Parts: sequence; C-alpha cells; structure tokens
Amino acid sequence: MLKLENCTVRNGAFTLRADFEVKAGESVSVLGPSGSGKSTLLEAVAGFLPLAEGRILLNNADIGDSHPGKRSVAALFQDGNLFDHLTVLQNAGLGLRPDLRLSNEDRDRIHAALERVDLKGLGSRRPSELSGGQRSRAALARVVLQRRELLLLDEPFAALGPGMRAQMLDLVLELSREVGSTMLVVSHAMEDARRINGRSILVAEGMARAPESTERLLKNPPPALRDYIGPNFQNKTVT
Amino acid sequence: MASRFKPISPFCGILVAAFAVALILGAMLAVALRAEAGRGIGPAEWAAIKFTVLQASLSAIASVILAIPVARALARRRFPGRRILIALLGAPFILPAIVAVFGLLEVFGRTGWVNSGLSLLGLPPLHIYGLHGVVVAHVFFNMPLATRLILQGWQQVPGERFRMAAQLGIDGMAMVRLIEIPMLVKVVPGTLAVVFAICMTSFAVALILGGGPRATTVELAIYQAFRFDFDLGRAAMLSAIQMALTIAAAGFALGLVRGDSFGTGLGRSLQRWDGAKPVSRILDGTWVALAAFFLLLPISAIMASGLPALTEMPHEVWRSAVVSIAVAVASAILLLGMALPMSLAIAAGRSGFLELAGLMGLAVSPLVIGTGLFIMIVQFANPLRLALPVTALVNALTVLPFALRILVPETREIIQGQGRLAMSLDMDGPAFLRLVHLPRIRAQIGFAAGLSMALSIGDLGVIALFADSETATLPLTMYRLMGAYRMESAAGAALLLLALSFGLFWIMDRGGRWHAEA
Repeated sequence: MLKLENCTVRNGAFTLRADFEVKAGESVSVLGPSGSGKSTLLEAVAGFLPLAEGRILLNNADIGDSHPGKRSVAALFQDGNLFDHLTVLQNAGLGLRPDLRLSNEDRDRIHAALERVDLKGLGSRRPSELSGGQRSRAALARVVLQRRELLLLDEPFAALGPGMRAQMLDLVLELSREVGSTMLVVSHAMEDARRINGRSILVAEGMARAPESTERLLKNPPPALRDYIGPNFQNKTVT
Repeated sequence: MASRFKPISPFCGILVAAFAVALILGAMLAVALRAEAGRGIGPAEWAAIKFTVLQASLSAIASVILAIPVARALARRRFPGRRILIALLGAPFILPAIVAVFGLLEVFGRTGWVNSGLSLLGLPPLHIYGLHGVVVAHVFFNMPLATRLILQGWQQVPGERFRMAAQLGIDGMAMVRLIEIPMLVKVVPGTLAVVFAICMTSFAVALILGGGPRATTVELAIYQAFRFDFDLGRAAMLSAIQMALTIAAAGFALGLVRGDSFGTGLGRSLQRWDGAKPVSRILDGTWVALAAFFLLLPISAIMASGLPALTEMPHEVWRSAVVSIAVAVASAILLLGMALPMSLAIAAGRSGFLELAGLMGLAVSPLVIGTGLFIMIVQFANPLRLALPVTALVNALTVLPFALRILVPETREIIQGQGRLAMSLDMDGPAFLRLVHLPRIRAQIGFAAGLSMALSIGDLGVIALFADSETATLPLTMYRLMGAYRMESAAGAALLLLALSFGLFWIMDRGGRWHAEA
C-alpha cells in the first residue's frame, strides 16, 4: 500500500499537495494537463524532491526522508533509463547489484529476465544498437530484477509508436503483477489510462486527487481534465 | 536539481580545493610577509614593471592586429589544409617555450637564417634580443591563440546574416562596416586582455631573450634576485608586485571573456558570398600563407638543426629527459587527483567556492607560487632537494583551471543525465565513479592529462628557481647547453623536447578516446 499523508512538495515556485492512498498491487494512472505536477508527484515519491510537509508510507514504512536508492521504489522516466556505455546485460544487472560485481547465479537470473522481456541473446549489445522498443524492454528487465515494491513510470514509452506503446504497457502490467508491485503510470494518452483499466489520480490545480475509477473520470471529466483532453476525445469515449 | 541527495559526495572535492587554495594563499602570504617593503620600489623595480607592461601591451596589440586578417581569411575561405592549419593554431599552446624561442633564434638570431641572408646582401643584421625579441616570441605564441578566439567570433555571426547581406548585394567595405566591425568590437577587447595576461606571466621567453637593465620583466627580476643575489627579501617584494599585476590582468581578462576558448567546432566554415574579387582572394591567401609560414618556420628550423644532433647527444640530455617524463607523469597524476574530485563537486552543485578555487591558479604566476613555496620550505628543509616534487605540484596547480574547464561541462552532463538513475539503483559513490563517471569522462581525462604532461614537460619556470647543478629537467638542461654555447647539443635537446611534449599529448589524448563508445 502506498499512502501520501497531507504531503506538500515544492519545486521552485510550484507547490503540489497530495493526500491519497493506493492499494498494494494496484496499477493506477496519473492524469492531468501538462505542467500540472504529474512528474513532480513521481519525483517526490521516488525521493528526488524533498517533502515540505507530510509523510509517504510504503507498506507501512515511512520513506519520506530516505535516500532514493534506499526506498523500495523503481522508476522509469521518459529517457535516461539506461547507461549508454554499458551493455544490456550490465544495465539489467544493475538491478541486482548496483556495483555490478555479478556472480554466476546473478548472471543466470539476468539472462532469465532478458528472456522474459524477449531480449534473449542481446545481452552483449549496447543500448545504441537497439531499437526504441528493445531499449524499453532492457529497462524493464532491470526493473524486474530490482523487485521493488513500488514501480513509477513517467511516460517511459512516450517516444514509441501507438502499437508498440500498447504492447509495452501490457508487458509492464504483466510484469508488475508477477512481481506483485504497486504501480503509478503517468501518461499523456488517454487510451493508455483506459488500457490500465483501473483507477486514476487526477493532478490539477496544484493538487493530486485521490484515485477514482478511470472510466467514470473520462466519461464525466472535471473542467481541468476536459480542457486538456478536448471535445473530440469525449465524443470517442461516448461512442 | 533540487534534491538533497547527490550521486556522489562533494566532500573530497571540497577537501582538495581547500588544499589547493591553502597552497596558493600560503605561498602568497609567505611572499607578502617576507617582502621587504621598507626598501620601497626603486628605479630597477620601476623599470621592470614598465618593461613588463610595455612588452605585454605591444605583444597583445601585435598579436591581435596580425590575427584579425588571418581569422577573417580562415572564416570566409575554404581550401585544402584549412582544418590542419586550424589544428596547428592550437599547437603553440603545448609547444615548450624554450623550444619555440630556440627555433626563433635559429631563424632570426645572430647567425640565423634571416641574418645570413641579410649579410649576403650587405645589409645590417636584425637584433632578436631585448624588446623586439620578446615581442616576436610572444606574437609567435599568441597570434595563433588570438586567431582562434577571433575566428570563434566570426563563426558566431549567424549564417542568415551573411545570406541576407548577399541578397542585398552588400560586399566589401559595407560588409566590414555592418557585420564585421560590430563583431570585432565585441571580440577584440577580450582577446587583447587574454594575450596581455598571458604575456605578463611568461617567464622563459624573457629569460632567454630579455635581460639587462632595459629588458627585464618582473618575473625575470625575481629569478635574478633569487639565483644571482640570493636576496629572498627582494625576490619576495618583486613577487608581491608580480602578484598585483597578474591579479589585475587576469581579473580584467576574465571579466571580458565569455564562453569557452578551446574552440570546439572551429572546423566548420560558413558559406559566404562576399569577397569573390580576385584581389581579396589573393589578399586572404597571402595572410594565410604568411601565418602558416611564421608558425612552421621555427619548427622546421628545429627539425633541421636538431635531427643531425640527435645521434650524438650528451648523456645528461637523456638523463634529464627521463627526469622530465617522471615529473610530467607525477604532475598529471597530481592534477587529476585535484581536478576530478573538484569537477565532481562543482557538477554536483557546489560551484561558488570551488570555481573560484579553480581560477586561483590563473591569478598567481607559477614563479610566484614557487617563490612562496621556497620561502615556506626553507624554514624546515632544503628546498633544492625538493625541486622536482615542487615543480610537479606547481605545474599541476597551473593547469588546474584549464583541466576544470575541460572536465566540468561533461561531468555536469553525466550527473544531470544519469545521476538519478544511479541514485534510484542505490549505487554508492565508488560504484558510480567506476561504472558511470570514469567510463564516460575518459576522453576528457585523456585530453586534460595530455595537456598537463605537455605543459609540464616543457616548463622552464619553477625548476629554474629550485634546481641545483645535480638535478635538471630537459628544458633546464637545454637552457644550460644554450648558456654554454653548445648549440648543436641544444638543438638535439630541443627536438627531443618537442617530440616528447607533442608525443605525450598525443598518446594521452588518443588513449582517452581509444575504443570510446557512445
């Protein structure tokens, strides 16, 4: 369970308030206009931005003050999810051992994880030698090996085409179920939120609201969301 | 980054910077305390100050005046060898001063090529010693630098502006007035200031070509007070004067220059539509040819006279070459030991104090730091026995500002781009260094190390103050050979030194980029 209690985050002049709870193992979309603070929310949960007020509880442990690496949180961002100078195997291996001192057993587990994300035999490649989709898979292999309790995705698949994006989203949903981790997914695309098919957190006007059913939210969007998604999308949802 | 957490602790960098600052400030303080101000500034000191400022001003003005047409020609012409010539303009930076001066003597000296030609024609000889010589040598070193800085200005003029000028039929004087003069007004003052500041602290040139009551710089006077009169009080007072002059010049230059002066991206050439007339083509061609000739002539002279001497070089040349290599390696290690932690700390956000600490090396000349260290060491040890370690250390301090300019931008990029990922993976500092930072910064490390080795191996400054007759680096041995009129051996040593400084730079720079990915 992820619980944000009366949290305030300041990012420069911008202030975001959050007070909500997400169930353990639940996958939740984070929606909202650009600049509304979706990334700020994820950065605070990941530990890259300090909390001005409040507490963050992850499965009853207070993580609000701990170092990003000491939280049981894995994060994927829009870019910079891989080290370009390391091989795919090394990048995935960092999920097991951040100092890359890998045992044979570790290597077996890495190969298994690469196989799981369909990157079998590509362990010795460097990210620059992979396609966009393969790079995302490599990052996911690492996330699988990290086995963290909470997974944060900040539009990591935004650069992919719509088909590939849907594929990756399905894969990440499957993986998070296998690992049993809770997940927050930021996306610009409403079809992504619908694909996750659960609850959504709406971030707007300096506030991250408690999660509510995605379907209901998209059918009857509050003004801030309506302006963002536009009338055309609404028509599509109705039909 | 607003985060409290950093992928790496800035502690080491702050510690190292504090050490560097303590050394430099300590040396300055030692100089200030030891200076016998009571004696006042006498006529000899005034003469030295006047000569220092005069030669630096003339050198700066001459370098810039010559650099403008060369930079203009390079900016608007494309010809085979243009890239090589631009790369060659970077060479004097790592060319040992004593080697360059030796080359100039071979060309312009008493029995040099020019004077031999003049005497065949029955004309009176040129004099290279004194003010002319110092200025000619400084122009040799700094005209290329000035050309690079001014060329940068030319290339920062947006290409659209030249396109528009071409459409409007602007050519010749109108182009000069509308585009080129305003650009030069922005670039030239900074260039003048940089060259002026460099010439204020150049020691080896004045040591060989200057001297006498009418051509002694303050730095040369420090050396003479030290070596000939053993008058520490006077040396310290002169050092205090030099300190004031350098700080003023460096502060002035830093205030006027913006951006990075290493001139990356100078290779590209703008498309220009003006200057198509044959006269301007010939004029541009002449300037480029003259510049190349002026740069290559002394180097060819060293090759010509050094090659035959290489086979029969005295034993001491080889021995001091080994000493020099050791000093250069030690100096590069010391430099990286300071520059890497400092660049990490600066990139992690602790910029204020650290950046200032990095610049301090520019504000005090090596000879002054050397004098200060001598005064400190002499309290409890024989400074002459520490000549080599002190030389390595002072060289490292001198190169530190340049090394930081090379390392900081890339380090900043690494920390900003990959710091988060490393932190969220719970990588600790050592793992971050080993797995992320060092593999990505290798090329910059190689470049900085190469620069430091090349500058260190050619340095004739602190070592001249400290060395006794037993210890000598290659430049010092070469200087002694010249002083003993053993010109053939000196020519061989010059060629060896030239090969070593360029060779070490090349090896380190290449090594850093070897198999570099991404």
